[in-house]
Amino acid sequence: MSNAHHESNSPNGAASHSDHAVGLGLYFAVFAALLVGTWLTVWVAGRDLGAWNTPVALGIACAKASLVVLYFMHVRWSSKVVWLAAAIGFVFLVILLGFTISDYATREWLEIYSEPLRSR
Amino acid sequence: MSESHGAHGGALAHHFEDLEQQREAHTLGMWAFLVTEVLFFGGLFAAYAVYRSSYPEAFANASNQLDPVLGGMNTAVLIGSSFTMVLAVHAAQLRRKWQIVGWLLATVVLGAVFLGVKYVEYHHKWEHHLIPGPNFMFEGQPGGSEQLFFALYFSMTGLHAFHMVIGAGVLIWLSVLAARGRFDQPGRNAVEMAGLYWHFVDLVWIFLFPLLYLLGRHQ
Repeated sequence: MSNAHHESNSPNGAASHSDHAVGLGLYFAVFAALLVGTWLTVWVAGRDLGAWNTPVALGIACAKASLVVLYFMHVRWSSKVVWLAAAIGFVFLVILLGFTISDYATREWLEIYSEPLRSR
Repeated sequence: MSESHGAHGGALAHHFEDLEQQREAHTLGMWAFLVTEVLFFGGLFAAYAVYRSSYPEAFANASNQLDPVLGGMNTAVLIGSSFTMVLAVHAAQLRRKWQIVGWLLATVVLGAVFLGVKYVEYHHKWEHHLIPGPNFMFEGQPGGSEQLFFALYFSMTGLHAFHMVIGAGVLIWLSVLAARGRFDQPGRNAVEMAGLYWHFVDLVWIFLFPLLYLLGRHQ
């Protein structure tokens, strides 16, 4: 359907994704999966998983986020350089969170740090 | 505008070889912006991680003051707005003018519903003295570490809501341009780029919802 309007004459065929009008069915399936994921998030938050509540909640959130990035934001059909740009943001986020958390989580290992954050 | 309408019959700016290269540049530029946004919100998520691990009980108790039904409904509304946004982008790819206008405005309406619910929630916090500051009261006690949770709650949801207001403004502007026929030609990528931004805002909320509303629910 979209190809009827396809007017880019890029010779390498890379143009295919510019009019990559995926079926609306796929978008609807992603939409439905995101709603199911939201329901699952609420349901699982009501169960006591001990230390696992937050990792499970973040796992579901990451799965939902992946669906949004890959399908709604079209990264699945984008070029390698766009894929790289999208991924690098999350790489730097992991560095930011990882170094911050590893700092705060290990401060009390040192005796010199006699006043832990929470006692203030 | 320095645009030449060359052999492509589209809106090709003179510094690009073809429409595909132009579109690739637009997409890459938008993602470069979104990476800065990821780290913008990332700083707040880092602060959240530090203070929640320092005051886990205060955070769980404070979180239970939020309404997970309103939060969950708003999550569904925002996901719905991402769906209508993707339909607007789809219509833009097919250059169906009135479908673009319709889906963009549907997205704005859902965004407005989200912000309306947010207003109701903020108002509730105001009435219950849950705004951090000298008048903060939590379960009859002034002050307390619960203030930290609410400071982060208002910073994170406030920054998110601010992004939605900007996004809604952009979408209204684009729907006017669409109605005037701006997107009738190939090579106009603004709807798609606005879509990337709108989905990013949805993405942030996907993480905010469980981290702010649901962390004390299992106790």
